[in-house]
Amino acid sequence: MDTTRTKDIYTEEFLINMGPQHPSTHGVLSLELKLDGEIIRECTPHIGYLHRSMEKIAENRTYTQFIPFTDRIDYVASMNNNLGYVMAVEKLLNLEVSERAKYIRVIVAELNRIASHLIAVGTFAQDLGAFATPLFYCFREREKIIDIFDQICGNRLTYNYIRIGGVQFDLPRGIDEKIKEFVNYMRPKVDDYDNLLTYNTIFLARSKNIGVLPKDLAINYSVTGPSLRASGVKWDLRKDEPYLVYNKFEFDIPVGENGDSWDRYKIRIEEIRQSLRIVEQAIDALPGGEPTVKVGRIHKPAPSEAYFRTENPRGELGFYIVSDGSMYPYRLKIRAPSFSNLAVLPELVKGVKVADIVCVLGSFDVLMGEIDR
Amino acid sequence: MAVIEKIPAAKLIRKVPGGGLFLTTSESLLKWGKASSLWPMTFGLACCAFEMIAAGASRFDIDRFGAGVFRASPRQCDVMVVAGTICIKMGDCVRRLYAQMPEPKYVIAMGNCAVSGGIFYYDTYSVVKGTEALGIAVDVFIPGCPPRPENLLFGLMKLQEKIRNEKDAAR
Amino acid sequence: MRPDEISVVIKARFPQVKEEAGTNGIIVPKESLLEVAQYLKNPPLVFDNLHCITAVDRKEKMELVYILYSIRERHGVTLKVYLTLEDLNVASLSAIWKSANWLEREVYDLFGIIFSDHPDLRRILNPYDWKGYPLRKDYSNPELIAKPRL
Repeated sequence: MDTTRTKDIYTEEFLINMGPQHPSTHGVLSLELKLDGEIIRECTPHIGYLHRSMEKIAENRTYTQFIPFTDRIDYVASMNNNLGYVMAVEKLLNLEVSERAKYIRVIVAELNRIASHLIAVGTFAQDLGAFATPLFYCFREREKIIDIFDQICGNRLTYNYIRIGGVQFDLPRGIDEKIKEFVNYMRPKVDDYDNLLTYNTIFLARSKNIGVLPKDLAINYSVTGPSLRASGVKWDLRKDEPYLVYNKFEFDIPVGENGDSWDRYKIRIEEIRQSLRIVEQAIDALPGGEPTVKVGRIHKPAPSEAYFRTENPRGELGFYIVSDGSMYPYRLKIRAPSFSNLAVLPELVKGVKVADIVCVLGSFDVLMGEIDR
Repeated sequence: MAVIEKIPAAKLIRKVPGGGLFLTTSESLLKWGKASSLWPMTFGLACCAFEMIAAGASRFDIDRFGAGVFRASPRQCDVMVVAGTICIKMGDCVRRLYAQMPEPKYVIAMGNCAVSGGIFYYDTYSVVKGTEALGIAVDVFIPGCPPRPENLLFGLMKLQEKIRNEKDAAR
Repeated sequence: MRPDEISVVIKARFPQVKEEAGTNGIIVPKESLLEVAQYLKNPPLVFDNLHCITAVDRKEKMELVYILYSIRERHGVTLKVYLTLEDLNVASLSAIWKSANWLEREVYDLFGIIFSDHPDLRRILNPYDWKGYPLRKDYSNPELIAKPRL
């Protein structure tokens, strides 16, 4: 084409809606993009398509009745949400649980972290074009974890297992062999993912140096979780503000260097390995005893407030509970990690192509149920 | 000989004695084709979406029922599986997507929230209480919170049975 | 630093703040919020992470709660601001910590507190033309079916 005639061509910016129903927006998220050809000039996220008003519901449910709702906030890591809420209520009530309950809680929380990271890895690879194969591999591994949870508490996705005072049931007989078998099965599979995906030329070309998040911007936007660790900040609540019995286990915290999408993906693979280490140590050291302290079903804490934060697979999940002495909470606020993680997206996608916004969004691993509550 | 009685479309065909030839009506052929290749739309809203993806993965394998091709664009789909809670802000989008699907189209409401509002029936100001409340006619309701993938497969088989027993095949 | 040491440091610089009885919160009057926030971000306290902003409807007044943490110094503080119902107006902190942008939009959407100097104050979770502020205690909506209490 004759380049001297390009100044006669009239171009203008194009507004496109990457709407709520889209195969790669990980839920109901709407991104309004201003495009100049294929390059993005501005991006505005619109959320609220899954706003189920959980905080209003909480004001009319007792503390125990709200536990099934916490499952549905981040529906892929239900055990971790239950854990965060129950620990906040136990802080309000000044309740101590037994050692066995603490170890069981750590085991199920870490197994759920592995399941959640498997989904993150599988859907990230699918967004980049490896259409179904990594997704099927990850879901096959995840079915093994879900089978274990099915035997422990009866459900596949929303467990409602961790209760105030302990856990719902004790672990069934024979489950520790199954968990050890799973750990030995999973270790070579993670190496499989490394060999297939991590150093693949196409994968590297699509995700290296895309969506670089500098350290200061990440801290200022209150980004937490693997996305923060990929930018070079070594901060993990399990080591820096330990809760339950995490201070008794040996595990490392992987930290990234550049803060690009490849780093965020690689950190999740390394975290699966570290979680397998924790599960192995916990199941070997599981003490005997009663898993649940006998507390009633109705709790009436003294009028006060409490805030507790735990390390969810996506970041720091916090629950702020204000009680007025009755059996219903006066105010319950859920601090969701993906809410703050998504707020940084418009800054990262200026000047990249549309295909790269899918890569950046997938590497942050946001979940709309958490953002909209 | 005994093979014919086992296949689900057995009532639609008649074997000619002595040879490998089947006679059927063109209506039955159309119904068999429609039922065996329902293409769902990727419309997972909330938690039930993960059970739908698990139904499409290798353990439960919805592809053996012909419904393995999940298409994102509503113009290319036959069935809309509403999986998850519908909120008021999303309600307009659901109606628009349903209008964009070409006939013949079917709707499966998966999960308690899509059936009637589910656990979010009380005390919410922003949840639509079920898919029927939006004005969309639903063919199959699958209860559960979330329903297991086997339930989704059973619901799909019920829809296939409904299509095969339709009075007017050229819908 | 422990919470009591932090409040000693803040009170030495700003004598108008008070400690709240019973919790570890620090009550800041509305007018000095911006100055206190800027002081907290700088050394020696270095609160670089605005973790959570929320509000509680106390019927005669509104209570705004800010939860801040520091990654470098490993401590945390809770600030509280009380607002009267006639004057639900407070300065926005989005120039100091960028995470305040979406958090304040959420508080505006659910409670109706206006943040002055916010770059883009509109609803975030409810539809843009929603009427009313849902999380207030006197919110009424005919579609809201209340579950009978125990």
